[in-house]
Amino acid sequence: MPVLARTLEEAGLSTVLITMMPYWAEKVGVPRTLGVEFPFGHPLGAAGDASQQLRVLSQALDLLSHAERPGTIWYSEETWPEPVEGAIQAWQPLEPSPIIAELKPKFRELLRARRRKAT
Amino acid sequence: MAVDSFKYLPRIIAAFYQSIEVAPHKSIPWTPLPGPVEDCVFGLVTSAGLYDKQQDPPFDTEREKSEPTWGDPTYRTLPPANRLTDIGVSHLHLNTSDIERDVNIVYPVERMQGLVKSGIIGGLAEENYSFMGFQGFPPDTSSWETEYGPAIARAFLNAGVQCVILTPA
Repeated sequence: MPVLARTLEEAGLSTVLITMMPYWAEKVGVPRTLGVEFPFGHPLGAAGDASQQLRVLSQALDLLSHAERPGTIWYSEETWPEPVEGAIQAWQPLEPSPIIAELKPKFRELLRARRRKAT
Repeated sequence: MAVDSFKYLPRIIAAFYQSIEVAPHKSIPWTPLPGPVEDCVFGLVTSAGLYDKQQDPPFDTEREKSEPTWGDPTYRTLPPANRLTDIGVSHLHLNTSDIERDVNIVYPVERMQGLVKSGIIGGLAEENYSFMGFQGFPPDTSSWETEYGPAIARAFLNAGVQCVILTPA
């Protein structure tokens, strides 16, 4: 989605990206990014928590109003209400996505190679 | 404090992201805000795989299942806030139950309407858009950059939209 932010901005729209992956936004080069530390699938926060959603939107509007240069990244102070391990499980699909199912052995080998390199 | 992009990722998916190479960008585009946000009309774009069940088919997850390195690059026009129950979700990379319970977590249309009513923003587009975030492996976003992104940009500009909030899933 960072490339869409760039494309819309290039076309003449002022954009702000609210993302769980500011790492990726920085790599791709996004005009304005608000990083949020939420599980995937929840850029505005928890379902049913309208106050939290409004706080995130409000910070995004502030960023839009105050950013002075392309590549500006702000970080939200909002926190996720549940323990990390449970949240990691909860956002993932019940069945692994087709690409993860297909590439799992390759990524496992990649992780093993990293561990070997580190020791 | 900086956000940890990998906090909620299992190691296998973190490895997926870290294995993707990105060509260094030459420059970052910039459109200055045209005025105070209370005078600006906003559009919304998400990549949560939302679609209007009354108007459009879901994203092509059947092809993705048979061709896992491919992701549907097309987009859908979303229904307005008075038809939120018509929104479907087709995304194989997420547990979509929270989105089905409260679509505002990816498509904050009701929150934005509240901001319009209270005068914090100038307006909200009648038509907003969704993509489906998985664009293959390795990711190929060329259709987004050359065809579908410019198409929604034109639609927004024709509708008088000045600012866009993007919410990847």
